[in-house]
Amino acid sequence: MDDEQTAALTAAVTIEDDLAFDGLRVTRDDDGYRFELPDLERVALDEAELRRVAGANDEHVSNWYFWHDVAPTEGSARFDFLRFLERVADHDAPTETRGHGGDATHGTTYEPDDVLARYDALERGVERQWGELAVTVELADDGYRRYEVRHVDDADADPDDLDAHREVRDARDIAKFDADDRYRPLKTAPTLVDGWRFPELTSAEVIAVVETIYPATIANWHREREGTLDVDHWEPAMARQSGIYGVVQTWNRGEGTEHVERVAEACCADSECLKRREWQYDEDTPLQADGGAGAFPCREPCSMVVSAARQWTKVEGEDARTYEFELTPSEKEQIEAIIDRVADGEASDVREADFGDDANRWRVRYLREKRMDDDGNLCGVPTNRDE
Amino acid sequence: MQALVIVAHGSHLNPESSTPTYAHADTIRETGAFDEVREAFWKEEPHFREVLRTLESDEVYVVPLFISEGYFTEEVIPRELRLTDWDPEAWESDGTSATHVTLAAEDVEKTVHYCGPVGTHDAMSDVIVRRAESVTGDPDVGDGFGLAVVGHGTKRNENSAKAVEYHADRIREMNRFEEVKALFMDEDPEVDDVTDFFESEDIVVVPLFVADGYHTQEDIPEDMGLTDDYRTGWETPAKVDGHYVWYAGAVGTEALMADVVLERALDAGADVREAVEYVRESTRAAATTEA
Repeated sequence: MDDEQTAALTAAVTIEDDLAFDGLRVTRDDDGYRFELPDLERVALDEAELRRVAGANDEHVSNWYFWHDVAPTEGSARFDFLRFLERVADHDAPTETRGHGGDATHGTTYEPDDVLARYDALERGVERQWGELAVTVELADDGYRRYEVRHVDDADADPDDLDAHREVRDARDIAKFDADDRYRPLKTAPTLVDGWRFPELTSAEVIAVVETIYPATIANWHREREGTLDVDHWEPAMARQSGIYGVVQTWNRGEGTEHVERVAEACCADSECLKRREWQYDEDTPLQADGGAGAFPCREPCSMVVSAARQWTKVEGEDARTYEFELTPSEKEQIEAIIDRVADGEASDVREADFGDDANRWRVRYLREKRMDDDGNLCGVPTNRDE
Repeated sequence: MQALVIVAHGSHLNPESSTPTYAHADTIRETGAFDEVREAFWKEEPHFREVLRTLESDEVYVVPLFISEGYFTEEVIPRELRLTDWDPEAWESDGTSATHVTLAAEDVEKTVHYCGPVGTHDAMSDVIVRRAESVTGDPDVGDGFGLAVVGHGTKRNENSAKAVEYHADRIREMNRFEEVKALFMDEDPEVDDVTDFFESEDIVVVPLFVADGYHTQEDIPEDMGLTDDYRTGWETPAKVDGHYVWYAGAVGTEALMADVVLERALDAGADVREAVEYVRESTRAAATTEA
């Protein structure tokens, strides 16, 4: 605690204005100041005595100062997220967002009044998971907080083994490509690269880093806690599309929601996106697909989903027909395995000489030689699109 | 508190589409003119839909990093930002004259000053000229030079061609270049025949596009005959039919674009006059260094 904090404390308390925060209560009446903690009460203090008592209980005072001068405003998304980071219990928060990375029941939290226990933990570092981020908050001098952000896979890594970044905007480049240098158009895809850290961040900087890597997640998480998350379900979200996306409106024909179930399974599973899908078919028609376990909610079909839905609207307008293909049992299973490997993003992982793998390139090239004709028709069976 | 939101198209496929947006936002951040500066996209995140809620400021200036008035500025952006009572008539524009309109948004309690696109602001003419200076490395370029301002054309949006012609006219009136022409990709006068339209031996070609991409880095260079294959690159200047063609690439990558963004906010009432002066000077230094 520094002099500025004590000065702020004495300035904040007048006959009219009390101060009460995280178990600290300071009031003033005609007899002087009253300084209260959960297990302490000092009354009729003059200003010098107040300063002395405050100095003897500096954790409470610096805690009040941090939350009132550094991290305000109380009730804002910023404030509540910073409280979440240092695991202050919030019994009003919905269960989805209360705990560790969306896990409601696990992970320690500290009662707001128990500042000493929280400070004790902050001395060692308090960690929270946010998507693939591990965010650690530690105490700096005079009760200021310092934050560190790294990939959750690097949570136990030696800091010297990670590239340390000082500039918040470096987070943009980190979030831009995956480990195979492929562009990441979906920021919440679970493909964030590791091997880096942002040390010594201020409270403003930690929010900037998190919001750069996962834009708008803090705001929507906060709205959910406040009970004001404005979910736009599939049907109204498609209904407002226009231009080249206007066609997606025709995919809904009032004949069930199977197509949307498939979209949610294909695009919104945790393997694809770390947001927890809260949108349904419409307000009255929930989807059966699992929404995922993410810490932060997804409040409407994203631009990637809309863009993919446009393509599906085109190809799903066709009726099914019967084709006859002749395949060996192994070939049938090989085709199924290839679909699986591509869908799971594993096709490029198959080793060149792993001929036991159905998606091995030579195995697939052999299959193509055997089963596809010069026009690329499977088993020589023409598509006959126009018939 | 006042915030600036630069809204741009972005891309699901091209990782560099948003690079100029971030660069201009960074330039403006460094001036400290706004408490918050945020980028938002149609195809990237934060999406138009969710950007306003990330701000703490009560006053928000939204500047579209688009070239012309049309589908995006009149329909998509206002709808996705949930601007209450938006009507394209509110801009009272003839196609290139939109300045700003002050509205509320449905999902936040903020005042939103929705500005016209950067591409139609008068200051854009200066950016085109600055782009010509950058590509030639000559801060006084003009004597003996022709300038072609290149746009898409009218097939998709007639205001797109209007914006190109508007700036070509303004730059012509500066009497700085020997000749100034508006050329198009998909209508006459076509950029393919660029050398037919100029008598000057040297021609600077500046595409009025926000970001470099397929059109500016593949189509236009090949159509003009700078190269047979964009992948092998081209000379600057490139000799074509007895002319030297100085191809500048998308005007939107020019550092001075940050000035146009600021001027849009200034016109809408933001307190950023000092920042405008700073950006004009600092980006000039950058252009000279680059050259």
